[in-house]
Amino acid sequence: MATDLNKIVKDGLWTNNPALVQLLGLCPLLAVTGTVVNAIGLGIASIVVLIGSNLTVSAFRNQVPESVRLPIFVMIIAAFVTAIELLMQAFTYELYLILGIFIPLIVTNCAIMGRADAFASKNTILDSTVDGLMMGVGFTLVLILLGAMREAIAFGTLFSNMHLIFGDIARNWQITLIEEYRGFLFAALPPGAFVGLGLLIALKNKIDLHIKNRAITAQSLETTSAGSKRVRITG
Amino acid sequence: MALIHLSSPHVSKANSTARVMRLVLLATLPAVLALTFFFGWGSLIQIFLACTFALIFEACALYLRQRSLRFFLSDGSALVTALLLALAIPPMAPWWITAVGMFSAIVIAKHLYGGLGQNPFNPAMVAYALLLISFPVEMTQWNAPFVLIGDSWQALPSLSQTLAIIFNSSQALALDAYTGATPLEVLKHKGSLTTEEIWRSSDVLNQGVFAWYGVSAAWLMGGIFLIYRKIMTWHAPLSMLVTLFILASLFYGGDPSNFADPFVHLGVGATMMGAFFIATDPVSGATSNKGKVVFGIGLGILIYVIRTWGNYPDAVAFAVLLMNLSAPFIDQYTQPRSYGHKHSSPTRGGHR
Repeated sequence: MATDLNKIVKDGLWTNNPALVQLLGLCPLLAVTGTVVNAIGLGIASIVVLIGSNLTVSAFRNQVPESVRLPIFVMIIAAFVTAIELLMQAFTYELYLILGIFIPLIVTNCAIMGRADAFASKNTILDSTVDGLMMGVGFTLVLILLGAMREAIAFGTLFSNMHLIFGDIARNWQITLIEEYRGFLFAALPPGAFVGLGLLIALKNKIDLHIKNRAITAQSLETTSAGSKRVRITG
Repeated sequence: MALIHLSSPHVSKANSTARVMRLVLLATLPAVLALTFFFGWGSLIQIFLACTFALIFEACALYLRQRSLRFFLSDGSALVTALLLALAIPPMAPWWITAVGMFSAIVIAKHLYGGLGQNPFNPAMVAYALLLISFPVEMTQWNAPFVLIGDSWQALPSLSQTLAIIFNSSQALALDAYTGATPLEVLKHKGSLTTEEIWRSSDVLNQGVFAWYGVSAAWLMGGIFLIYRKIMTWHAPLSMLVTLFILASLFYGGDPSNFADPFVHLGVGATMMGAFFIATDPVSGATSNKGKVVFGIGLGILIYVIRTWGNYPDAVAFAVLLMNLSAPFIDQYTQPRSYGHKHSSPTRGGHR
């Protein structure tokens, strides 16, 4: 069954965004988004795992028996997570220490399991891979946005410690928004993450509503202009 | 002669929100006076600041939500929230503490949830808990009562000094001269000493504690006034205080050298304020009388447990938030029996 690739892209990034609409993977989303660098680190790891698991699950979708599909999917995901964990340990060791338990916990991220079961096990390899990439990117964008919000409010900085991922060139990427900021611990703690995510979801709903209203007014404008034409003709 | 015939019920006047709020404001007067007497001008300045910020944020939120400004601003609910928070934070906290607190109380805890009557949590306590976990240094600098600084009321900082400390962060050092540990903090950090030893060695406990007893007595007076005027019922405050007293007595009776005595638990910290002014919040608390008793018992237990074994010296804000969260659940199981039906519970054959 062929699905429109454009629709997959739009689903992952906006309409069916795993963090803002499906509300999946909340545990890492709320726990590690204290700073932008943590968010990017976990986001990239999630993207790689999502692509890998979607691709593999899709490739074997006709061989996997229906009754034991979930344990098999979990094992596939766990294999990718282990690989990512070892890679991060090798190349970004400090970030690996900061993210700690949340890297192995990617296995339990419902967004990944959800995509494997709901999409990859029913669609072609190409569609599934694109879906994995887009869902991952959608998830990561929300992670980064939330991370930036919380870092700015909690510590008054942006992009601190970026060298943990991007190497030495990123050492002076840090932007200090407010000098001598006293810090607002609430934003760095889990309750701040809940409030921040709530505000992001509210913003998304607001934008959706705005788009819908504009579509309605555009439609009604079209009909009225058509009406006026007819008037001119008869006149 | 025409007499107007009225049938029952003969209720003279409906209790408008504005009238209830005015009486609550009036009932905090003894506590305001007591806090000012023992701890100086700080509380009055905080009240002024908090009320100003509350009205500004309330007006902005109402404007953004396209609600009637005059109707909702004049009901006084924002002022009550402001007053309770202003009396709960340290009297000489910097001005931005009050600003952040009022923003979180009015905008986040009240209007984001749908405004007055829709908030699941008590706004003042949300703000207090948020401030306490965000600014632990500023929020634990309580003034020492005047008996500990000098001989008389003169020892407290003057009005201009207090203003300087609140509005000028470079005066923060001057603050240290006037602040000290509260009784609950001393008891929390008694280390290896027994309760008797710490009581004998600490000035805060053997002299200063009477200031806190005085403030608690003032809150109690205000609370009794509100119950007398039938603004609230006795159920939640009494059950909370009795539960706290019984628990504290049990532990104190079993091991007096490790636990604080029950009168300390009732007399210091925010116990009295919480019992009469927070636990009785009609919006975020339980609804029926039976429910209010359960709500109060839960509060009493949580306050004792968090105070004794938790990380924070006082616990009223956290206990209130946790019980606010369970209030709908309590309401579900404490519905009063409706007339003509045997059982109240919808699960046991009652009609919903």
